[in-house]
Formats: sequence, structure tokens, C-alpha cells
Amino acid sequence: MGLSGGSRDVDQLGPVGPREPLLFRRRSDREQLARSLTIAIASSVVVFGGLAWIITNSPGWENVQESFLDPAVFADALPDVIAAFWVNVRLFLIAEVLILVFGLLLAVVRALPGPALFPLRLMATVYTDVFRAIPGLLIIYVLGFGVPGLGIDGVPNDPFFWAVVTLTLVYSAYVSEVFRAGIESVHPSQDAAARSLGLSRLQSLRYVVVPQAVRRVIPPLLNDFIGLQKDTVLVSLIGVVEIFRTAQIKAAANFNFTPFLAVALVFLVVTLPLSRLTEWLVVRQRRRQAGAGGAR
Amino acid sequence: MHTTKRLWGLGLIAILVAACSATGGATPASPTVESEPPVSAPPASVAPSASADAGICTAADMPTFTPGTFTIGTDNPAYPPYFEAVDAPTDPWELGDPTTGNGFESAFAYALADELGFTKDQVAWTVVPFANSFAPGDKQFDVDINQVSYSPERAQNVDMSDGYYFVNQSVVAKGGTPAAEATTLTGLKELRLGAQVGTTSFAAITDVIQPTTDPSVYDTNDAAIAALEADQIDAIVVDLPTAFFITAAQMDNGVIVGQIEQAEDADAEYFSVVLPKDSPLTECVNGAIAALQSDGRLDAITQEWLSDKANAPVFQP
Repeated sequence: MGLSGGSRDVDQLGPVGPREPLLFRRRSDREQLARSLTIAIASSVVVFGGLAWIITNSPGWENVQESFLDPAVFADALPDVIAAFWVNVRLFLIAEVLILVFGLLLAVVRALPGPALFPLRLMATVYTDVFRAIPGLLIIYVLGFGVPGLGIDGVPNDPFFWAVVTLTLVYSAYVSEVFRAGIESVHPSQDAAARSLGLSRLQSLRYVVVPQAVRRVIPPLLNDFIGLQKDTVLVSLIGVVEIFRTAQIKAAANFNFTPFLAVALVFLVVTLPLSRLTEWLVVRQRRRQAGAGGAR
Repeated sequence: MHTTKRLWGLGLIAILVAACSATGGATPASPTVESEPPVSAPPASVAPSASADAGICTAADMPTFTPGTFTIGTDNPAYPPYFEAVDAPTDPWELGDPTTGNGFESAFAYALADELGFTKDQVAWTVVPFANSFAPGDKQFDVDINQVSYSPERAQNVDMSDGYYFVNQSVVAKGGTPAAEATTLTGLKELRLGAQVGTTSFAAITDVIQPTTDPSVYDTNDAAIAALEADQIDAIVVDLPTAFFITAAQMDNGVIVGQIEQAEDADAEYFSVVLPKDSPLTECVNGAIAALQSDGRLDAITQEWLSDKANAPVFQP
């Protein structure tokens, strides 16, 4: 992506222009691509090589290397860090399911028609505004320590439980907005057509509007999912020893920051494929839409 | 923790300092020197106290802030268990009264004065806010005894004596819970414990107690206390001075279950007597502390005021 951003536009122009000039353009495209590649490689070498030279020749490099890039500390920390990551994985998998259900429900509630349902819509709106506004860090403190502190019978006091609740509350507010944007992006004619076929408003939402909306918002949903994965470290605030806290303990024991590098790597390994998948989905969607446009 | 405590009394300081200097002037003019111990009595092992009769380390010759008087600074209010709380403390003291000789630091202060050859009447107390005691500048005291932990940074501005108290870790639980009844290290093993990340308290859990349930870890002691209040853990581990503060000020029904005795090592946190930078008395004070240590008087004071009277027994193995 971005290496030769110009050529893709030319491709898309393709079907519009006449046949001969198109072939001509394609040939010059190839030359242009080669030239772009050369320039990109050269500029990358200059920029990254230069950065590496500046960093490794800085006066504090030795110290930084010792405290952030110690291979022995890294090897010692990595297995424990990976083991502790299991807590985060469980957390974001459970929370994500709840978030998708709850977020979609909120979005649908806001899309419901009719003046009689105004209180419901108002509640959903207030909910979204409130939980997007308050930092998750505050919510997890209040729910994780405050609610169990009340000592009500039957209310769980397990920090993990309250971490799931916190993440669900915060992220379903974001996700409901994503779903709502998807629902609003479906052209009103779709709803009108469904209604003309005899479907009720709810049926139209259920069978026509929401399915199209959900498909469109999968990339931004994956985006929020990545954010959720990183926010699972919030649970460390209420005492659960997960990946970040494990690294912190290791770092404190060794007076060395290298364990945090191990954490960064674990998150990269997990989120990089998701990031690529998201981008691939976006590109595919754009192509499909462009293709559909061309067929018309 | 200290700063919040200290801020409390800041408003009073101006009045108190004035009041104190008056007290300082009112001390008896003629110093009554304690009878010198027989030359033959102290064996070579108690040698440090022997340095007391060499040079300036006797009350009569000591170049103190007010001649003939040993002026000791501490902060006001003076807190238990370092200074025992009394109903009507002597003016200007609030809460605890340093002049009684009751409470860990009060008892230690009088023992130190005694070792240096001052009688109880020759000791004058003065209010010195915590942060002022080790700040650079002129000092209005001979020694300051105020739970000041030794640190190299502080030692650049003032003289800091050898340690008179080595900080133990301790266990705090909610009163009336099974955890509050533990008396042995083995009894602690079954508990759900919590501590602040990166502290010696956390190390005490993993290295000394070695509980069967993985400990919970928090960013601050306050978060650990919140978890304790919410019954997410059974007990927290903090250093003993912090435990005194938590049970006195932060928790309604918190109790100190006991202390974890740890081997004294070079890294252990300890309280130092603060003296003005390059004070001629520093060597005398170090000699006196060594003497109190070697004949067991310091241990007895620590045991009496920080274990027995403070209800912080030492855990048995």
C-alpha cells in the first residue's frame, strides 16, 4: 500500500477510457512502478539507516540498550509474560462477544422508529454518551472496588468479572456508534423497498438493513477489537496479575525495562494479523463497490 | 504518606516554634552529669560507649545547640506508636507527647540522651516539620528523631546516623476475619495476599511467605486497601510504619496481624537520627546507638513499643 498509490487510480480509470490508450498507460505504468520501487527503497535506506545511526551513536545508547534490550532478561521474562497473556486473551474474547451483542442492541434501539419508543432511544443515547465520555480507568476502579465493597449478597467480587463488565460497558458504547453509522449508511430506498414488499419495520431492520450494515462496518469493528485487546491491561489496576503486571514485576525485580519489550512483542504478534486483515477487508470492499459500480 | 500527615500541622508551626524556643530557654542552667561508669565495668565489646568519655562526647563538654541542653526535634502532631497519645499533651504537642518517654521514639530519644549523659530534665523538645528536618540550612536542634528513613539524597544535606530502627514488613487484615487470627508464617500461606508492585512488601510475600494462592498486585497501597475492603483479598503486606498509619487513619477496622522478621541486610530501609550537616555530635550519636544496640536496650524499646504495646507480634515460623 502506498508504494505506488498513483497507479491504482489509473487502474480504476481503466474501464472508462478507450481501449488503445489504456494499454499504452499500462505499459508506462510498469516503468513508473519500477521507478517508484527504486525511490522507495532508496529513501527507506536513507531514513531508517540514518535513524539507526543516530540512535546507536547517541551518548546514552549503551545505557538504554542495557535497560531496554537485555537478552538475558528478555529470555527470562518471555515465558512468564506469554503465560500471563492468557488472562488477557480470555478477557478480550469473552468481552468481545458481549460487546458485539450489546452494541448492536443499542444501535438497533436507537434506530427504532415511532414516538412511543422515545424513552428507549433517549436511554440508549445517554448511555452511549456517558460511557464514551468516562475513562475506562475510572470505571474499572469504581466497579472493581466500589461495587464489591458494598457487600451485597450474591454480587460477585471477582476482579476478572468486573473487568469484563467494565470493558463491555465502555466498548459497547463505541461499537454501538459504529453499528449505528452502518445502519444509517444503508440507503433509505432499501427500507422502502422492503416495506413495499410487505415487511414490517422490524422485519425490514432484521432482514434488510442490519445485515447490510454489519457487513459494511466489519473493518471499524476489527479496529475497536484491537483497541479492546490493549485495554485488557486495565484489569491489572484491580489486582489481577496479567501480562502487563507480570512484566512490571519482572522489571522491578531486575531494575530493567526489557520485560515491557516482551509485552510489546506479544501484542504486536496478536494484533498485526488483525490489522492486515482489516486493511484487506477494506480494500476488498472498495473493489467490490467499484466493481458493482462498473457493472451497472 | 508522610507528607499528608505533615501538611496537617503546617498551620500551627509558626506558633509552635515560638512556643518551643521558650521551652528551650527554660531548661535548668546547671547540667547534672550522670555518674561516670566504673572504668573496669564496660568490657571491650561495648567499646562504642567508651568513646563517649573521649573528647566532646560527654554532656558537660558537648557543643550542643543550647549549652547544657540536649535539643531534640520532631514533628507535631507526634503520632503513636512513636509517641504515645495522651489525653492532655504538654503544650505545644498534639496527639502524642514526646516528653513522656512513652512511645518508641520518645523512649529511644531519652535512652539516647541518657547514654550521652543528659538527664531527663536536660532534654528539650522542639517542633521540626518532617521535610524541614533534612532540608539544607541552619538547624534549631541537636538531633531530630522523626521516622526519617535514610537515603543518600537526604544525607547530602544533613548528617544521618546509623539506623536505630530497621523496617519490618507486616500484615494488615480486617478485624474479626480469620486472616486477623494468623500467628505463624505457615498460617499466612493459605491467605489471598496483596501488595504494591515493585516493593519489598511484595518480595516478602513471594520470598518469605510463599502463599499457595498467587498474590494480587496493585499500583498503590491505597488500591490494595480498597481490594481488602472489598474482600477480594484476605490481607495486605506493607512495611510496619505504613501499617501503623493504615490501621490508625485509613481503615476503620484494619488490624495489624503481625510483623515478618527479615534478615537485616545492607538494603533494608532504616530510620536515622538527623543531625545538622557535619555536626560534631554525629560520632557521639552513632557511638550511643551502637551501645544501646549491643547491650539490648534498643531491642527492648523496639519490642515494648512497636511489638507489644502496638499489638504487632512477630510471626513465628
